[in-house]
Amino acid sequence: MTIQETTQGVAGPRVIAGRPALLTDRSTHYCPGCGHGVVHRLIAELLGDLGLGERTIAVAPVGCAVFAYDYIDVDWIEAPHGRAPAVATGIRRVRPDAFVLMYQGDGDLAAIGTAEIIHAAARGERITGIFVNNGIYGMTGGQMAPTTLLGDRTTSTPTGRDPRTSGYPLLITEMLALLPGVAYAARGTLADAGSIGKLRAMLRRAMDVQLQDAGFAIVEVLANCPVGWGMTPQESIDHLQVVAETYPIGVMVDRLKAAGA
Amino acid sequence: MAIETPRAPERVLMKGNEAIAEAAIQAGCDAYFGYPITPQAELLEWMARRMPELGRVFIQAESEIGAINMAMGAAATGARVMVSSSSPGISLMAEAMSYMAASEVPVLLVDIMRGGPGLGSIGPAQGDYFQVVKGHGHGDYRTPVLAPSSIAEAIQLVPDAFEIAERYRTPVVILADGVLGQAMEPVVPAYRTPPRVKADWAVTGAAGRRPRVVRSLHLAPEALEAQNQHLQAKYRTIQAAEVRWTGEMLEDAEIAIVAYGTAARVARTAIRQARAGGLRAGLFRPISLWPFPSGPLAELAGRVRGLLVVELSTGQMVEDVRLAVEGRTPVAFHGRTGGMVPTPDEVVTALRRLWAVTTALEDR
Repeated sequence: MTIQETTQGVAGPRVIAGRPALLTDRSTHYCPGCGHGVVHRLIAELLGDLGLGERTIAVAPVGCAVFAYDYIDVDWIEAPHGRAPAVATGIRRVRPDAFVLMYQGDGDLAAIGTAEIIHAAARGERITGIFVNNGIYGMTGGQMAPTTLLGDRTTSTPTGRDPRTSGYPLLITEMLALLPGVAYAARGTLADAGSIGKLRAMLRRAMDVQLQDAGFAIVEVLANCPVGWGMTPQESIDHLQVVAETYPIGVMVDRLKAAGA
Repeated sequence: MAIETPRAPERVLMKGNEAIAEAAIQAGCDAYFGYPITPQAELLEWMARRMPELGRVFIQAESEIGAINMAMGAAATGARVMVSSSSPGISLMAEAMSYMAASEVPVLLVDIMRGGPGLGSIGPAQGDYFQVVKGHGHGDYRTPVLAPSSIAEAIQLVPDAFEIAERYRTPVVILADGVLGQAMEPVVPAYRTPPRVKADWAVTGAAGRRPRVVRSLHLAPEALEAQNQHLQAKYRTIQAAEVRWTGEMLEDAEIAIVAYGTAARVARTAIRQARAGGLRAGLFRPISLWPFPSGPLAELAGRVRGLLVVELSTGQMVEDVRLAVEGRTPVAFHGRTGGMVPTPDEVVTALRRLWAVTTALEDR
């Protein structure tokens, strides 16, 4: 029996996996094993499933994911570092029919852009935010992020993050979940296939929240950065279990559910 | 059939900040973003009341950084957008101004200048000339800057500024000062709504077309240099087409003042006083600070015995005057700061001093 016979069968070829229509066919600039690609794929799948490709205006961050516009085939604007929530707010208000998506990393959202994310959330802007937390500044060479775990060595915490000099990890999604303008806040992880499935459901919910005009929605994704962490791709994926001890996985607030939707 | 007699346009008493705000509304401003700061707060307050009445967008942002980035997002969709602030707030907007210039997003920014540096004062000043005219933020770019000298002129320049912004896809600044923002003057509000330019670059959702990206990152050296050359070519077009200035009593002038904004108001009085005293003085008033009216100023410099630059600063525009004049005639400076405004008497004294020096030079 040839391989062809096995896969083709009598009913012809059956596609069991493929590239989502909104994911462009080009080689990635991300490092081997990087988590961004998985998140990009989930977003492209969901925007396609929901028929949002022609309505979406997305906002790109400064950081490794600035090139998200090379991979997810919708309209994009590149925001200054940390300002994506303000840029997205401007789009949201003048384009009520658009689907507004923003993609930010931890340095972008939880350090330089803290004011912008908190106030966009406080205003309850109808925006869906994707917050990729890999605990490091990847693009600039692996410096400490506000989300870096205590004790972790980075190029700017060469002896490990010491809370006396470098402060504590920032659980900003929990902070945002306190705000009444936030309709949905959740944290997922790329640790394994099952978790990625759950993350997909969270992202879907965060998109539904905007489509139902319920408020601000954010999904934090615990992602791996093998190069920045000095690990192999597999080691970095395994390490996400340790990261989740500081950043618990789950839904923090779902006001759609609370409202019976 | 009743025949209506056309009525003369009504003169109304308007505060500068409110006149600029209403001129923007009448020019078709779709969205305004701001943050409270003296002496421009009335502009924000006017927008807070009027924009929602008209079903348009008003947001009081969390900071000037928030406001200008909201403006960038809204304008990137093709909307007509205005932001206003005063000096310290303009400093916070420097980053986004660079990004908007680079990614060619048209936004109108109004700067009602106050005393500086630092927290300075809330009095009128012209100390933001370097900051605004020379480019605010990082990188190789220029920003068209229009400087009204009266409230009526501010009303005219608002639609012009939107037009320049949209025609050339660039941020544009209206640079005024605390006197113009706070003073009330009788004006005939000559509002104008510029026609819309089709924004075939804007991000609107890629319905029926290929997706677009509004960006400023070009990592490949060749690509960034090409983009910079594209911007510079655009700036040369603006320099050729958008120079604005006006003169008073220049035809027979032996000496002239160069001043913009409120300083030019003082200078108008001063040249009349000087003429009453026998000194044939004129006024050269730049309206576009970038592009600077270097050519006409150089021509004037060739036929007067000296130029006196008057500013509400320690001397900023004077550098552009000297560059334009290229030594053709002596250039002197008189300025006050901190919210102090020079009096016409002071300016006449400075003119006479310059006259005496240049006459002595020529007699030698």
